[in-house]
Amino acid sequence: MEIFDHLALGFSVAFTFQNLFYCFLGVLLGTLIGVLPGLGPVPTIAMLLPITFGLPPVAALIMLSGIYYGAQYGGSTTAILINLPGESSSVVTAIDGYQMARQGRAGAALATAALGSFFAGSVATFLLAVFAPPLADVALKFGPPEYFSLMVLGLVASVSLASGSVVKALAMVVLGILLGLSGQDVYTGTPRFTFDLIELADGIEFVALAMGLFGMVEIIRNLEDEHGRSVLVQKVKGLLLTKEDFKRIIAPVLRGTVLGSFLGILPGGGAMLSSFAAYSIEKRVSKYPEQFGKGAIEGVAGPESANNAGAQTSFIPMLTLGIPSNPVMALMIGALIIQGIVPGPNVVNEQPNLFWGLIASMWLGNLMLVILNLPLIGMWVRLLTVPYHILFPLIIGFCCIGVYSVNNNVYDVYAMAAFGVFGYLLVKLDCEPAPLLLGFIIGPMLEEYLRRAMLISRGDPTVFVTRPLSAVMLAMAVLALAVVLLPSVRKKREEAFKE
Amino acid sequence: MGRFVRSPKDVVTGLLLIFLAAWFAWLGADLPIGRAIRMGPGYFPLVLCGILAALGLIVLLTGLAFRGDVEVDEDARRIAIPWQGMILITVSVVLFGLAVRPLGLGPAIGLAVFISSAASRRFTLVSGAAMAAVMVLFAWAVFVHGLGLPLPMLGPWLGGY
Repeated sequence: MEIFDHLALGFSVAFTFQNLFYCFLGVLLGTLIGVLPGLGPVPTIAMLLPITFGLPPVAALIMLSGIYYGAQYGGSTTAILINLPGESSSVVTAIDGYQMARQGRAGAALATAALGSFFAGSVATFLLAVFAPPLADVALKFGPPEYFSLMVLGLVASVSLASGSVVKALAMVVLGILLGLSGQDVYTGTPRFTFDLIELADGIEFVALAMGLFGMVEIIRNLEDEHGRSVLVQKVKGLLLTKEDFKRIIAPVLRGTVLGSFLGILPGGGAMLSSFAAYSIEKRVSKYPEQFGKGAIEGVAGPESANNAGAQTSFIPMLTLGIPSNPVMALMIGALIIQGIVPGPNVVNEQPNLFWGLIASMWLGNLMLVILNLPLIGMWVRLLTVPYHILFPLIIGFCCIGVYSVNNNVYDVYAMAAFGVFGYLLVKLDCEPAPLLLGFIIGPMLEEYLRRAMLISRGDPTVFVTRPLSAVMLAMAVLALAVVLLPSVRKKREEAFKE
Repeated sequence: MGRFVRSPKDVVTGLLLIFLAAWFAWLGADLPIGRAIRMGPGYFPLVLCGILAALGLIVLLTGLAFRGDVEVDEDARRIAIPWQGMILITVSVVLFGLAVRPLGLGPAIGLAVFISSAASRRFTLVSGAAMAAVMVLFAWAVFVHGLGLPLPMLGPWLGGY
């Protein structure tokens, strides 16, 4: 079996001292920011991007991915113990997890979350190892029209699965693409949208945009409502699950894993959507629906498995197609580009060390997380007492140093400040900044493939519908858009997101 | 305002999007457009501006009420903005940019942390200064000493290089 050779290679990469260290550092940081409310994986990864310059590509990616899936673990801890989800994907865990904690079963809830996450993470990583290479082979046969249509599909799908107004999200994507086109035109060298500043000749710095839109906006948002965080933590005891608990969580964990793995692959999917979907399914199929909201262990097991599975499989489109399905993956692509690796189907074949090493590290990382989270729970809980007014000035400091160190360019710092204010304005107008970031990353590729496709077709735009694969993808994009815009579906969708 | 506006938020969003579309179109007005077969650098941006303006128009229209009896989206009317915090944080970042070259990383990061910490209602001079000191030390230990970033702690104005 070829896959075992690959995995052996992967583990030989992941088991070097350096990579183990960065894997550990990643999951540790991930747990840390997962526990701390008001600091998510997106600003953290954006802050650390410049630091990864000096690392080899494998170590950089291993650490950054560790932050992402580590945050899924950490977020559930605070959700269960103090009803404060550290991560958006743990919002539903808080519903039943906190009730369990109030009934003195915090230990059982934490153990369920950790074991469910570990199981789901392992399965999803295996799926990634099995399905990514063949998908990359298919993608290698794509021509420019197929790529263009695939990107359109990816952007549209990510918009239709996100919460909030679809039209506004689409507008954010388009705005992101426009911003992404700034800098020199690839074909002619003509500067575009640079305000005649030499400092902007390379375009808007991605790190500045990401930190402004996510780091600074988050801080200003949190300053809106500076309530005192009084932390009353129950003593955690009894991390062991009873036999009955085990019986009750097996099915939800399996269902959550399958659901999360599937939703994670979809653009716009990932951890958050998976956990919401898993919770509503568990509630529907449960034998004890009346217990939900009052401490049902299934309400912890399902969503926690689903969000970790989704976090893991959302790497598939990023690694095989070079297309980000959520802002974290957009940052990963940014990290690859910084390292001089062209994201796309060639990564699997040309960088086997990177690809398989990353996958193997995910297994190890998940294992480390179980160890970090269960016995050391007390340490994480104590971190919750760090008040936000001490935290955020330090985050600002990190953002400043981080963004400046990318190019030693002060205009990047000003750009970050500008995007912080602009992003906050957008948030106040109910426009989420996430689609903007996706558009920004995909924009230049989208234009390049459009131009190439038109060149090949001699200016005939029907090429996108006469090539079958491309036509199918565009049809799916139109369908996805039509479905979410239908009035009946729209209503249901709003209800689903409210739940 | 009055009875024609259902959601001021949507109206503002729509106008903002249309303005941005027009602005980008104006910025790119000099770019050669070319033809579909060989697109110039101005082709795709112009198409995008068109789409953006159209989307802005849709958002604008959904925010308006054409029948007087449409219920007003009360929730959308209340917008509270922490002006002081937002301004202090923005100023601290801009100041960092202004100071990092002439004064060096140490003073710049200290200033940024101190000023941004004033954005909180629980700010005191002592806690702000303490945090700034911690951050300066940390920046030196991790970024300059540990990671070896080529950032001088003191700039030319303070006797550095």
